[in-house]
Amino acid sequence: MAKLLEIKDLNVRYHTDDSIVYAVNNLSLSLEHGEKLGLVGETGAGKTTLALSILQLLPNKVGKIESGSIKYDGEELIGQGEGYMLGLRGRRISMIFQDPMTSLNPTQTVGDQVLEVLRLHFPQLTKEEKDAKVDEILQLVGIPASRKNEYPHQFSGGMKQRVVIAMALIAEPELLLADEPTTALDVTIQAQIMELMRRLKDKFNTAVILITHDLGVVAEFCDKVSVVYAGRVVEHGTVEQIFEAKEKHPYTMGLINCIPDLSKDEERLKPIPGRMVDPRIIPTGCCFADRCPHCMEICKKQPPEIHDLDGHLIMCHLFDAENGGKA
Amino acid sequence: MSLFKKKKPLSEYSTGELILFRFGKNKLAIIGVAMLSFVTIMIIIAPIIRPYNMVIKQDIIHKLNGPSMAHIFGTDELGRDLLARILYGGRISLFCSLAIIGIAFVAGALIGGTAGFFGGKVDTILMRFVDMLMSVPSALLAMAIITALGNGVWKLVMALAIGQIPRFARMVRSSVLTLRNMEYVEAAKCFGSSSMQIILKHILPNGIGPIVVSATLTLGSVILSISSMGYLGLGVASPTPEWGTIISENKVNIQYFPYLGIIPGICIMLTVMSINFIGDGLRDAFDPKSKK
Repeated sequence: MAKLLEIKDLNVRYHTDDSIVYAVNNLSLSLEHGEKLGLVGETGAGKTTLALSILQLLPNKVGKIESGSIKYDGEELIGQGEGYMLGLRGRRISMIFQDPMTSLNPTQTVGDQVLEVLRLHFPQLTKEEKDAKVDEILQLVGIPASRKNEYPHQFSGGMKQRVVIAMALIAEPELLLADEPTTALDVTIQAQIMELMRRLKDKFNTAVILITHDLGVVAEFCDKVSVVYAGRVVEHGTVEQIFEAKEKHPYTMGLINCIPDLSKDEERLKPIPGRMVDPRIIPTGCCFADRCPHCMEICKKQPPEIHDLDGHLIMCHLFDAENGGKA
Repeated sequence: MSLFKKKKPLSEYSTGELILFRFGKNKLAIIGVAMLSFVTIMIIIAPIIRPYNMVIKQDIIHKLNGPSMAHIFGTDELGRDLLARILYGGRISLFCSLAIIGIAFVAGALIGGTAGFFGGKVDTILMRFVDMLMSVPSALLAMAIITALGNGVWKLVMALAIGQIPRFARMVRSSVLTLRNMEYVEAAKCFGSSSMQIILKHILPNGIGPIVVSATLTLGSVILSISSMGYLGLGVASPTPEWGTIISENKVNIQYFPYLGIIPGICIMLTVMSINFIGDGLRDAFDPKSKK
């Protein structure tokens, strides 16, 4: 079976008035049917840009896909007409947004908003069938059907996110892009929402790309992880490989060190020093060189290659052959 | 006072019914509807109350008679029945001003909405056109248009409507500019809504409240500008009655016969007020968070 999603050498630029922002650079990624991929990285790493590129919803005239290919179920998405994309969005690829407070229309009842997605993609169903489906999906996400005529402001944050999930899944898409779905929620609700997503994912066999900066959520939820830095995938592997293998990209190492470990008595966290490289310039060497504790001469001169260690991909000079592969 | 008795639980109503329901719970809005319907019905059934010839029939002997059984609202300086003049005058005042607001609202919303939603060159071109309209004083603009098109009620309506377009276009544009960047609009795009659906389902219902209120507030000034056009001999000319004209033709006598100003004035005031109430009610009804 063809891969569900295959992104090759994707380059996305934002053209502002006085500069060009290199948001996504030569990024490649692939996803099998039903797979759960975590996309981890700090703010501004290009994670959301990537999701919007898949849906072809980059801000008009500003964001542009310069080159590369996005194949969905064997079909190229770049260059497809708006009509084709309208049929795809919401039906075959859905997206969940970070803030449930603002991602629902305040003037429509939640039931109507869920129904709307169904109306868009299944106009042939009768009204009764649609209503039954809305009730069913609301039940699934844990909202009693009796509340479907209430407005978003009558719901708590967690409940709103459930509504958003219901909207995203009602058309039973093959791929769900979850853009930090739990960032705006408190920890207990976060756990509930992740549990809900896991359950629904299994039920519909939806592939999920979970965009987050929470490594804990990734470790629990995902099969595979891609670590994104400055618009590039610097490390990719299974959850075990990323968290347990000795070979790690120094950036991933830094990310993991940022998580407070309750079992150790430490005074301070260890943040990664410095800031992310200015996205308006293309560094000549490795994009992480300035902040890397293992930075070598070559790192500043030449961009690193991707090293494949049994499917565990690392983009770093530390694993070059002349450095003994270190592995 | 509620128009709708709760027969079934609130959760079984559709969005449209809920808006009606909230509107029905708003007492002022219902009073507004009642007042406006009363005025409208009276204007429509005017021929039953007074035949049209009473509007122009002069009766110098009975001039400037105060309200009495024969002339409920009294007579003016030419002995014409004020009630008849107000009833038939209302046809022009009320329907023309509603038409003007309606046309200006729709045209302004289309121009402003397109400019705001699509932005870029479309925005620039449309808004410069609006600036052009705005740079000419609206009375002068209306006069120029009527002079070009010729006299007539519909030409007057067009001329005044064009003068009102800029305010609506600017208002709609700015509200669309804020709304189109809301996350739920972004989310709607992700769920496969087309631009048209987004405008109708998400931008319109969220932006319409304040614009409706402003439209109803403009109505009073539109009624008056119809009359000032009439005063200049453009559009509706004497002896065809019209509320503003009635006041202006009686202005010399108002000092000693105040009913000549008070009665048509009250008609204008009640109409404008009832429409403002309805506008307020609509705004609250569109907003599900309103407590009223």
